[in-house]
Amino acid sequence: MSDVLLLSRFQFAITVFYHFLFVPLTIGLIVLIAWMETQHVRTKNPLYRQMADFWGKLFAINFVLGVVTGITMEFQFGTNWSEYSKYMGDIFGSPLAIEALVAFFLESTFMGIWLFGKDKISPKLRAFSIWMVALGTNISALWIITANGFMQNPVGYIERNGRIELQNFWEVVTNPYAWHMFVHTVVSCYIVGAFFVMAVSAWHLLRKQHVEFFEKSFKYALILGLIAATATPFIGHKSASFAAKMQPAKGAALEAVWETKESLPFHIIQIPDPENERNIVEFLTIPKLGSYFYTHSFDGKVVGFDQIPKDERPNVNIVFYSFRLMVALGLYFVALFWYGFYLYRKNKLVESRRFLKLVMYSVLLPYVAINAGWVVAEVGRQPWTVYGLMRTAEAVSPISLSQIVFSLVSLVLFYTILLIADVYLMLKYAKKGPYTSTATKGGEIQHVS
Amino acid sequence: MSHETVAIIWFGLWGLIWTIYFVLDGYTLGTGMLFPFLARNRQERNQLQEAVGPFWGGNEVWLITAGGATFAAFPAVYADLFSFLYTPMMLILFALFFRAAGLEFMHKDDAPLWQKSWKWAFTISSFALALLFGVAFANLFYGLKIGPSGYEGTLFSLLHPYGLLGGLLFISLFAVSGALWVMLKTVGDVAERAYKVARPASVVATVVLSLFFVATSNRTPLFNNFTKAPILWIVPALAFVCALLMLLFVWQKRIGLAFTNICLTIFTLMATGFIGMFPNMLPSRIDNEYSTTLFEAAGSELNLKIMLGVAIVMVPIVVGYQLWSYKLFKEKITKETAKGYQ
Repeated sequence: MSDVLLLSRFQFAITVFYHFLFVPLTIGLIVLIAWMETQHVRTKNPLYRQMADFWGKLFAINFVLGVVTGITMEFQFGTNWSEYSKYMGDIFGSPLAIEALVAFFLESTFMGIWLFGKDKISPKLRAFSIWMVALGTNISALWIITANGFMQNPVGYIERNGRIELQNFWEVVTNPYAWHMFVHTVVSCYIVGAFFVMAVSAWHLLRKQHVEFFEKSFKYALILGLIAATATPFIGHKSASFAAKMQPAKGAALEAVWETKESLPFHIIQIPDPENERNIVEFLTIPKLGSYFYTHSFDGKVVGFDQIPKDERPNVNIVFYSFRLMVALGLYFVALFWYGFYLYRKNKLVESRRFLKLVMYSVLLPYVAINAGWVVAEVGRQPWTVYGLMRTAEAVSPISLSQIVFSLVSLVLFYTILLIADVYLMLKYAKKGPYTSTATKGGEIQHVS
Repeated sequence: MSHETVAIIWFGLWGLIWTIYFVLDGYTLGTGMLFPFLARNRQERNQLQEAVGPFWGGNEVWLITAGGATFAAFPAVYADLFSFLYTPMMLILFALFFRAAGLEFMHKDDAPLWQKSWKWAFTISSFALALLFGVAFANLFYGLKIGPSGYEGTLFSLLHPYGLLGGLLFISLFAVSGALWVMLKTVGDVAERAYKVARPASVVATVVLSLFFVATSNRTPLFNNFTKAPILWIVPALAFVCALLMLLFVWQKRIGLAFTNICLTIFTLMATGFIGMFPNMLPSRIDNEYSTTLFEAAGSELNLKIMLGVAIVMVPIVVGYQLWSYKLFKEKITKETAKGYQ
């Protein structure tokens, strides 16, 4: 692999990970804030407004970095993957343009209205604005995943004039691969948002400060998280079995299946050995369950690597362990949310210090899980950049080594500065709690009216 | 509608989206460039933050849309433009990072070093963006060093006198736009200081614009299209007239009219450039046979038609709610009520 290709792949991976540190919280948290604003309209209870203000402030800090790291992604297809862009642009460019027109304008404009208008506009307009932001962020996920879905499962195209051209737009937007990924991603983002709110709330509840405020916030997040986390194993399972059907190589990597088999068993503990095309350890085996996962039939046939040419296989270890990690964390979240729900029903939430601490220390795990999921999706598709149509090695720009070194080093440096500033501010304002800021705001509201 | 027609319409739309971006971000970048010179204390900085705060994000999406539209409608131009101008594109990207973070993070901590760093990050990035975009678009008007095997230049081959003049033109136009915007949106000392900047800046901008047109006529093939269809001369003529009117209104202190005219100047300037480039999108300075025309770069007919439909529906909606947001924040910002980014 050439150095430019390798470094371009590094750069893409690093920038997309950075971007995806901010995006899931944006998508998840905004739904909770919109819900709080709606409750404020319905009940006129100022507590909900304080909640929206407090969480909205954390949202805004996170949002701006989601925006700036997103621009990098849009530029990068052209700067670093120009051959890809030329070949695929006729289909891949449109969802990005639609994303900007339909989603980015909506979220950015209404974020500005909410941020600067929230003390001037009516509660109804506040709620409307924040719902528009929520709509924008969620729609943006749909369009970018529509673009990614085409890379995973190309549909509605024709190869003509030396490139891929659009033949059926409807097929592109109804691509089942994309919709599976969209639902799975968005629901996972709700888990990230819920965890974030619960963890910050737990920090304050452990200190017995602003108890009413953070108990309520915790409850809202708990409900959203409970629904999302409970649905995720089913959604994720559908998404993975569909992916395995469409991309047998990715499918074989998920469970490191070396030989094509009927009645494939499932090993709870398994260590693959890609060198020798076997598993070193297969332990705690459940017969036939593997086949069921892939085919919904205990005797179903599962395609193994013996049917896949060596140069069309992804890195098995990366895909296998990322998938296991994601699934294990997903199941942990289900348990945690249900236990939290049990404590809440028993009215023991605030006293359960161990549970609150567990939530607090688990706050980064949903980020790990959701990024592991994207590793499965993206590394699992290799060596293809567009499945079956274009290899990643053919997609890279004809740029020089010094150019890619310059951009990679600068991006890592600047992103690290931004990330440090972001984490510092998030921690600072999360710990500060709601009252100091709302006290001054209350004063100003009187001043204005 | 034939493939060629819809491709030409998309060329027009492509130019229009870039133009709207420069008109809108022009005042934001201008405010950014002048920021530390207009505001002397935190309250005044709050005023300036609030003057652009509700709008800058929505304005920047016009840039993202311009990028997306280039990708969707002219994939080959998107791919070549961004990879040929790799280093300047990266610099634009870095400046966009710190423009946004600088503006929004500046007052989120009270440490003087923190505030100073982000304040200057905001200012320098705004300045860099105006310069880089000016140089980049002047080079598009001038022609790039594109040969048979692609781009043959470097970052430094963009920095010829005409390119630098383009950078200076954007800086001066945006500075005027920013100063006038601050006067429109605020009252008090910042507005008065902005007026002190606006007067000399408007003179500089008009002079640089005149020089730029002279240089364009002497150094670039841009005006050939105008000679072919003389009616088009009305567009650069309007740019010049609007600049003069802007100058007049600045000196008469009729700020609303002056701002309208600086926006029209930027609009007609960009329109002049895009009309002059037609049908090239990536003109080669070495030989026109290496240029990429809009017809060569255009996406498929179906894609262009669908995207045209999307644009016809969505652009008016977007313009509608963005106008509404300007109406919502039409009150002047005073030192006492300004909150800025807290």
